[in-house]
Amino acid sequence: MTDFLTIAEELAKRQRAISVAEFFEKNRHILGFDSKRKSLITAVKEAVDNSLDACEETGILPDVRVEIERVEGEKDVYKVIVEDNGPGIVKEQIPNVFGRLLYGSRFHSIRQSRGQQGIGISAAVLYAQLTTGKPTRIISRIHPSKPAYYYELMINTQTNEPEIVVERETEAPFPRGTRVELELEGQYVAGYKEGTIQEEGGSNQSEENSFRMIGVKQSVYGYLKSTAIVNPHARIFFRDPYGFEELFERATTELPKKAIEIKPHPEGIDLGTLMKMMRYTERTKIISFLENEFSRLGRRTAKEICAIANVDPDMNPREASREEAMRILKALKSVKISAPPLDCLSPIGEEMLKKGLMKEFNLNPKEGDFVEAVTRQPSVYLGNPFLVEAAIAYSEKFPKEEKVELIRYANRTPLLYQQGGCAITQAIEKINWRNYGLSQPGGTGNLPIGPAIIVVHVASTNVPYTSESKEAVASVDEILSEIELAVRAVARKLKIFLDRQEILKKRKEKEEIISEVLPLFVEKISKMLNKEKPDISPIIAKIMGNVLIQSKVERNGELYRVIIRLKNYDDAMRSFRLYQSVKGDVVDAKDGKIKRMDGMVTLSWDVKLKPGEEKFIEYFSKGEPQKPVVDGIEEEMVTIGMIGGDSI
Amino acid sequence: MTKSIINERDFKTLKILMNLVEDLYSQIVREEIPHIKIPTRTKLNIEFDEESEVWVYGDRLSERSAKRARGAYQLLKTAYVIDFLKYQLEENRSSTLRELYYISEGWGKAKFREQQESDRLIEDLEIITDVQREYFHITPEEDGANIFGPIRLRERLRSGDTREFHCIDDVGEKGYPIPSNVDNLEFIEHDAKMVIAIETGGMYARLIENNFYDEYDAILVHLKGQPARSTRRLIKRLNEELKLPVVVFTDGDPWSYRIYASVAYGSIKSAHLSEYMACPSAQFIGIRPVDIEKYKLPTDRLNDQDIKALESMKTDPRFDTEFWREQIELQLKMNKKAEQQALARYGLDYVTSVYLPERLTEMGII
Repeated sequence: MTDFLTIAEELAKRQRAISVAEFFEKNRHILGFDSKRKSLITAVKEAVDNSLDACEETGILPDVRVEIERVEGEKDVYKVIVEDNGPGIVKEQIPNVFGRLLYGSRFHSIRQSRGQQGIGISAAVLYAQLTTGKPTRIISRIHPSKPAYYYELMINTQTNEPEIVVERETEAPFPRGTRVELELEGQYVAGYKEGTIQEEGGSNQSEENSFRMIGVKQSVYGYLKSTAIVNPHARIFFRDPYGFEELFERATTELPKKAIEIKPHPEGIDLGTLMKMMRYTERTKIISFLENEFSRLGRRTAKEICAIANVDPDMNPREASREEAMRILKALKSVKISAPPLDCLSPIGEEMLKKGLMKEFNLNPKEGDFVEAVTRQPSVYLGNPFLVEAAIAYSEKFPKEEKVELIRYANRTPLLYQQGGCAITQAIEKINWRNYGLSQPGGTGNLPIGPAIIVVHVASTNVPYTSESKEAVASVDEILSEIELAVRAVARKLKIFLDRQEILKKRKEKEEIISEVLPLFVEKISKMLNKEKPDISPIIAKIMGNVLIQSKVERNGELYRVIIRLKNYDDAMRSFRLYQSVKGDVVDAKDGKIKRMDGMVTLSWDVKLKPGEEKFIEYFSKGEPQKPVVDGIEEEMVTIGMIGGDSI
Repeated sequence: MTKSIINERDFKTLKILMNLVEDLYSQIVREEIPHIKIPTRTKLNIEFDEESEVWVYGDRLSERSAKRARGAYQLLKTAYVIDFLKYQLEENRSSTLRELYYISEGWGKAKFREQQESDRLIEDLEIITDVQREYFHITPEEDGANIFGPIRLRERLRSGDTREFHCIDDVGEKGYPIPSNVDNLEFIEHDAKMVIAIETGGMYARLIENNFYDEYDAILVHLKGQPARSTRRLIKRLNEELKLPVVVFTDGDPWSYRIYASVAYGSIKSAHLSEYMACPSAQFIGIRPVDIEKYKLPTDRLNDQDIKALESMKTDPRFDTEFWREQIELQLKMNKKAEQQALARYGLDYVTSVYLPERLTEMGII
């Protein structure tokens, strides 16, 4: 715990600024701030992502509180408050973190994290300021022994510099952590309620607006619930403008494996990235830049690259021209470099995924619900390590006649929009779900139908998105195929589960027929016809596919003639030993073996019956035969009956 | 109480039913899983009978077998129903379809979940035994439609006497209510030249008020929506025995075309009775989709159900004629429907002074 201070200070040193505030003011839609409804979700999302990332980086079990309040007297204006128990931010860095776009420690490091571009929370600050003119309020404290600081910040959109409106020491309501309060224009959708959602003109996402198990996906509630599923170590409290409260409780105290930082792999570098890296590097010679800023690149290869690119190894990378950068890039791609290390990824893990789904949907495999997950081995696309995880939950509680609910994640963040354009959706639609026991009207190319939830998580140091707004994973062949493999692996488990369910159902149905319906039917018609009730054991054996053992006893004075009929209605060969005890002596056992004990005689026969085969056993005795017993075959696979009279 | 002497017809019916039970019993004795085979009752299994010119069930059979829970329950319920019918026939009692449903309340596992199920089972029994439900002493509670026009009838009264009356002079303003067994009605004499079967009560009343029956010597029959069996049987008898042409006058929507189809060709649900009730020479007088355009009638847009019903008609063999294919396409294209009473936009007399005379002339009836 003593390390938090130093960690925060270390983080601060690495933070750098990139001035693009003005550009983003004009292009706020690419950051997820296009409609009022979406803007509110995005603001919450950015703040929560930040909180979770910060907690995980410092080994803290996240405790996040999200509150949304309506601002009195104003139309469509809300106050968003997100408070965490994270490491806090050192006083000097608070203005930079919140008041500058593209300012983040993560931008230049290659690691799986929620926020990858460092534009998130400051974009929310900017959006708030553009729509309400209000500054963002921040309280942060890095240690219980240190004071908390209160800031009111705005962003200078010309210079991308933070403007400090208020700055002072304050009383914090927590020993450590950060609290952000944004006042912004938005539209709140109570996603936990069933009903219609007003959609603003312009955005056309009606297909995704149906109310499902998760609630309305495109709502703050839907976002938080989705987040809770894949972050079972986090506790998230939510309070909405209507006073609705929900605690998404943690299901584990185990923190996810920390993602290790790696340097970029040359295979995935493009010219823009290379030039950016050269501009911001602290190395002064191109050779040491190559050696130190890339993964899997040694001194020798660096020299080789300089030679191929025909550049001076001692040149300062900041001074390289575009021309030279292009030559270096070409050279980088021409040399042989081994694949990037894969231990930099942090999967949710099969157990955690299952736990997350079970807790959020109250599922219990012991009560007939199905929850399974698969985490694939890491793989590489264009030099970027990635891995895919998939889970399926199937429960009678979910709607049966609707499309399965697909929940998509990239680096543990739910993807709420553009489901149709996402590689995850495409990979799932490509699968023939009928092979896995779900219906799929229209065949492949459609989502299956059934009471199921499919979860897919793509984790990577660099998730390829279809757009800047990071709403859908791009269709990269390597990723598509890994998604398909992961989903198929869980789907196979689902198929086994569904097949077993089907067998149980059929068995139950048959038992109902033979034990309840058929006896009533036979009784009724026998009575109507005034006839004796026939022995229905052959019919039961036929329905069940059992071995029939039907006895007939004829008495002639002292003498009993016993005929046992054996018939195999199963489609497999059956071998067993049949026993029948008789009170009194056996006169003629024919081919039965005799064993005498305490005045009882037990006869036994070894029987082998091919499918459909019928055999008869006959013997004579001076006593009444008892109910036959079989050995070597399960009891449920045998039907015992008797002709003429009640069963023995 | 002395047991009433069972009449010959009831005795025959009982015998047929008990034979069915015997069959089931002997299946069990023969070690067969009990089952009943009956014709499949969907539009995929109705075919045109050249001889009688009506639609009847084809060769497709469905099996009700105790192999599956559904079939087992159906057999159990069948046994209970036959036992109840046995009681009715022996004691000379009768009940309505609805009463039968309520009686099953006391049958434990053989109880029906809804009346539709017991209604269907009675229909199944009609098909299997080739005996109509009236002979089981089961009557519908569907309240009979009415008839009004220049015809004299004789009916049998409950007391055993008979009564003769004229369907204009001796009846109220709504006409004579059609009884559930119209085979007991006798036609004495008439001055009619045609029968007009009308879907809605409003239009039926309009034609009476406007003296249409008098001016055109028409017998008016109110269908009351999808017509009851007795109504269809009566129309069939008027057509067959008195050689009167029949026209059907309904709203201009797919549901109404089905009403026409059930009068003319028989319904899918009771195709086993088509030969007894369908009136293949009945013609459709309107409202046709083409009339909606021709007479510029006030319309409503088709809703999803309407469109579905029209689409479904395309695969209904009863509507597989050039006329209907054209009309269905036209209606889907214009996306409109009209009620027969929409003709009132041109005044209350328009239907009787313009529309019907025009259409009847086109059809060669007047």
